[in-house]
Amino acid sequence: MAWTKKVMRVNLTDGTIGEEPLNMEWARQYLGQRGLASKYLFEEIDPECDALGADNKLIYTTGPLTGTMASTGGRYSVVTKSPLTGTIACSNSGGFLGPEMKFAGWDMIIFEGKSPKPVYLYVRDGHAELVDASEIWGKSVWAADRILHTRHQDPQLRIACVGRSAEAGCLYSAIINDLHRAAGRSGVGTVMASKNLKALAVRGTRGLGGIKDPMRFIRATEEGKKVLREHAVTGQGLPTYGTQVLMNVINESGALPTRNMREVQFEGARNISGEAMHEPRKSDNRPNLTTNAACFACTIACGRIATIDQNHFAIENKPEYWRNSGGLEYEAAWAMGTDTGIDDLDAATYANFVCNEDGMDPITFGATVAAAMELYEEGVITTRETGGVEYKFGSAKALVHAVEAVAGGTGFGKDLGLGSKRLCEKYGRPELSMTVKSQEFPAYDPRGIQGMGLAYATSNRGACHLRGYTVASEILGIPEKTDPLVSKDKAGLVKAFQDATAVFDSSGLCLFTSFAWTLDNVAPQIDSACEGDWSAEKLVEVGERIWNLEREFNRLAGITGKGDTLPPRLLKEAAQTGPAKDKVAELDDMLPEYYELRGWSTDGNVSDETKQRLGL
Amino acid sequence: MKITLKLFATLSDKLPADASANAAEVEVPDDATATQIIDQFQVPGDMVHLVLVNGVYLPPESRGTQALNPNDALAIWPPVAGG
Repeated sequence: MAWTKKVMRVNLTDGTIGEEPLNMEWARQYLGQRGLASKYLFEEIDPECDALGADNKLIYTTGPLTGTMASTGGRYSVVTKSPLTGTIACSNSGGFLGPEMKFAGWDMIIFEGKSPKPVYLYVRDGHAELVDASEIWGKSVWAADRILHTRHQDPQLRIACVGRSAEAGCLYSAIINDLHRAAGRSGVGTVMASKNLKALAVRGTRGLGGIKDPMRFIRATEEGKKVLREHAVTGQGLPTYGTQVLMNVINESGALPTRNMREVQFEGARNISGEAMHEPRKSDNRPNLTTNAACFACTIACGRIATIDQNHFAIENKPEYWRNSGGLEYEAAWAMGTDTGIDDLDAATYANFVCNEDGMDPITFGATVAAAMELYEEGVITTRETGGVEYKFGSAKALVHAVEAVAGGTGFGKDLGLGSKRLCEKYGRPELSMTVKSQEFPAYDPRGIQGMGLAYATSNRGACHLRGYTVASEILGIPEKTDPLVSKDKAGLVKAFQDATAVFDSSGLCLFTSFAWTLDNVAPQIDSACEGDWSAEKLVEVGERIWNLEREFNRLAGITGKGDTLPPRLLKEAAQTGPAKDKVAELDDMLPEYYELRGWSTDGNVSDETKQRLGL
Repeated sequence: MKITLKLFATLSDKLPADASANAAEVEVPDDATATQIIDQFQVPGDMVHLVLVNGVYLPPESRGTQALNPNDALAIWPPVAGG
């Protein structure tokens, strides 16, 4: 079965904790994690509710392969309604928390209501209690983590926590687990803090049983690991250079959004790339990169552990940052480097540390700073608004000022904590926000990678690369190469990536396995672990069902096909350099075909026929 | 003719000693193809995955036939991915 078939329900308003069976009928339709928790959320809340009100719910959810011996089987997700976008939110994280939930006997923990005072949930196997959190409220994730480990005298306690930014109302606060793994996007941490819930601390000692066919599961997972090991990307590229290897690839391809997406290539890209992280600094002769790291059961190990030069201005009097910690991933390096025009690797690494320490999504944070820099350079805001700091593109000092201000919720940090959409609206220049459905873009310019324009516009959680990563095909040639400058035939590509991604996100596996695996590699692992019959074809149908359910949630929340668009800059201002020179994002050429392939109406609503076909 | 050769990730050490920031200006025969240049600099063929000429993808079937022009930029990666 792989599922524990148990759900914990925590009512924060009255402090009660209950246990109920997992809805197995829904599990057969939605598999687990992203899909299954989205179904629970869809059925249990009013999509029009206030995301930061007591009526919203926050669901910690695992997949059926979370905690198993399947490679990368360590993922969990947090599903809720987003305060940033108003859409359904699902943020996925690795580390060790998800498996610990399973080892304690829980597939899912549903938080509802709002606690009258700050609390954290302590779980040890079947025991669960809400504990007063006054000692850790107001503390960073890292400080709270230390206090909880000391209080419970258990080094193997796994902790997910929100930082000071969430408490201060930053709309893109993340939930951080294991110190530097993040359920990062869409403000899931903000929702957690709005419920006066500071942390989830879990210890599980029961292991994981109930695999349907253990011998077949062992063979299937071993075969999967062999594929990952022998594939050049998952066996060599990702462990060595991490995701940051993309910085030069995307820059050379002319699709690296630069200075709030005004340009598509960055002259300083190489200085903040994966290659640069390996090279000794001139200042202290040590590289930024200390080592790679792996999440639970992962045989890829793409994680970055990094150190900053102790004499760098950002940390010269801050010894707490002199040790190593979670380093830059590509999206974070792009947002806090390229998009702000900053090529200072250590400054971006410091900002990344603080995003982990106080729980912010580095993509939205960096992109919001980039928008603030354009507002500053346009003369819309001045040092009076920023607190005396010049927010010029390329200013590492502005980045350091910004990250500390948002982390603590102080001064200009309150403005920056709104995200770029609300920031630019506040100062009368909404067109300078580079967002879809109020969420900021990641590191791929749709003028140079056309399919990504459609993927961003139709993503169910606002602009995001992790809902349909056609970069794999259009730039990297995985599974097969398509032309990034052509919009023709991209509608089908985007749909295929979106549906397959929903399956990976619902399984407990890491999406990065999809660089080497197809659903033909995943299906035997799920089928041998879980009751029922799970073919690749069935999984595709599950993925499509999940996508349409999320779409329906958004429609009921008031977010319709009108939101399937891109900022005017990307639709009207052509790229000025590189292979995409003179091109804009050709969204209008792709969107009607996409709606048709999805079985939606011409205005983007899921048709009754499609609902019936998918059993929605 | 002179071109700019850019080798990234694990291919970086195949660049000439005077290379900087993963790039070097190199002398290659007139009308050289990408494959000829790859051989000239002893880049392992099985590690050549992504090949861009001036940022534009050069498919495998054209790497041995399409001649480069003076001052072109030839950029090569092994299999990589991220996200």
